[in-house]
Amino acid sequence: MAQEKKGFSHDLIERNTLLLIVLTLITISIGGLVQIVPLFTIESTIEKVDGVRPYSPLEVAGQSIYIREGCYNCHSQQIRPFRDEVERYGHYSLAAESMYDHPFQWGSKRTGPDLARVGGKYSNDWQVAHLVDPRAVVPESIMPGYAWMKDRPLAYTDIGDVLKTLRIVGVPYTDDQIANAKADLEAQKNPDGDVAALTKRYPKAVVANFTGNKTVTEMDALVAYLQVLGTMVDFTKYQSPKQLQQ
Amino acid sequence: MAQNYKDELSGVETTGHEWDGLRELNNPLPKWWLYIFYVCIAWSLVYYVFYPAWPLGKSYTKGILGYSQREELVTKLAEGKAGQAKYLTAIAGKSVDEIQKDKDLLSFAMAGGRSYFNENCAACHGAGGQGAKGFPTLADDVWLWGGTTADIYQTIQHGIRSDDGETRGVPNAGMTAFGRDGILNREQIDQVTDYVLSLNGKQADAAKVAKGKTVYEENCVACHGDQAQGALAAGLDGIGAPPLKQANWLFGGDKATLVETVTNGRAGVMPAWSKRLDDATIKSLAVYVHNLGGGK
Repeated sequence: MAQEKKGFSHDLIERNTLLLIVLTLITISIGGLVQIVPLFTIESTIEKVDGVRPYSPLEVAGQSIYIREGCYNCHSQQIRPFRDEVERYGHYSLAAESMYDHPFQWGSKRTGPDLARVGGKYSNDWQVAHLVDPRAVVPESIMPGYAWMKDRPLAYTDIGDVLKTLRIVGVPYTDDQIANAKADLEAQKNPDGDVAALTKRYPKAVVANFTGNKTVTEMDALVAYLQVLGTMVDFTKYQSPKQLQQ
Repeated sequence: MAQNYKDELSGVETTGHEWDGLRELNNPLPKWWLYIFYVCIAWSLVYYVFYPAWPLGKSYTKGILGYSQREELVTKLAEGKAGQAKYLTAIAGKSVDEIQKDKDLLSFAMAGGRSYFNENCAACHGAGGQGAKGFPTLADDVWLWGGTTADIYQTIQHGIRSDDGETRGVPNAGMTAFGRDGILNREQIDQVTDYVLSLNGKQADAAKVAKGKTVYEENCVACHGDQAQGALAAGLDGIGAPPLKQANWLFGGDKATLVETVTNGRAGVMPAWSKRLDDATIKSLAVYVHNLGGGK
């Protein structure tokens, strides 16, 4: 090597793997931190809106099924602030609306329509009929059917632990909600049961025997989840973008 | 720095690195690439001045244009509305019937109604309103809750068995589950469904039909009417029971489906749309649905 020895040389980094790794990590983390950290400190990142609550136990179970079946591969849950999207799907999505999602289901692929505000758009019966056989109600649909889900019992003996785990990552479930997780899950499927206690803990939860089955099935959970999407915030109270900041 | 070894073949200087006799040429970056890189850096400086850019603790630099995507959306939406203002204000001030009589408004409402229908209603009622099992056909003249413009307008606004205070029907209540709730036994259900089949000219056991007629009169008349003409034709308000003599069945007119219906009951639900769509949109939809073919 014809290099002269100087104060600092790239040679040193290139010939020392460990140093190269450490310096690379430092360089990359600066780039990452500069982009990520301000989102935690800037106060307008997550809008302060009323109404957003943690998912009810049945909805949480439904979200797990939504993730398990890979619904996010074809459906986004994020209405962007563009005229075409807002006129089609409704008010643009807020960060606050998915702050209790772990993981969030924003997605970026729309083979099917966006589902951020699908809650209440169709009846429970339609959701079930459509999931069983999409082409029975939408002839041009290319969505796969999930008929088996209608009779497959939901595994929910550990639902209290699921809520507890979500609390660890920041979802504000109360002790009361965790203690009653199993009862609440069953109550949401039974309109003749203790609906008042459930809707007190989880306002706007859609209570129905979605599938008509005696046992709680995976389809019950999924439809309960779909029916609450985008319904928690009352947008008549927030008319302008200014009101959506702090 | 000492001159690095120059490659003899290409005449390009090397970087000075050598690995087992292999040397790396030190070709400079292409000029065009380099200049674009500098321009991008200069552009970012301009961008920082005009647009939101740097985080400042709890806030961020807003840029002198004060740009916000959400504010831009408000402007865009207002522009869209302004372009249609002439029609929208006219629609706001008129009933659905009056809109139908105004040729300009009619074609505006039909065009808008069609896209609103395809986005919001077609999932259940089918594109063109052909309906599906459990979701009524809108293109025929059988109406469960009324087929006048005012009726349709009301139904779209408040829904059927919905959570809206002014909904049609009673939420969570519809046709009684005669079998499941033990009101009729299997034999009676067999008889009454045969009776309904006979009303439609389908093959049915004569003995069962005779007994089924009695079952019908004792249990079904209150909602479906004494002539099986349906609640609406029988003048029974707020029930929505369909006629039982017809070609286009809501859930199905075959024996198996009829038994299922009588056993478990039915309660179709339509969401209330007044929370989701504005009044002009709902009026346009009422016009469109009324003109699908069966409007009264």
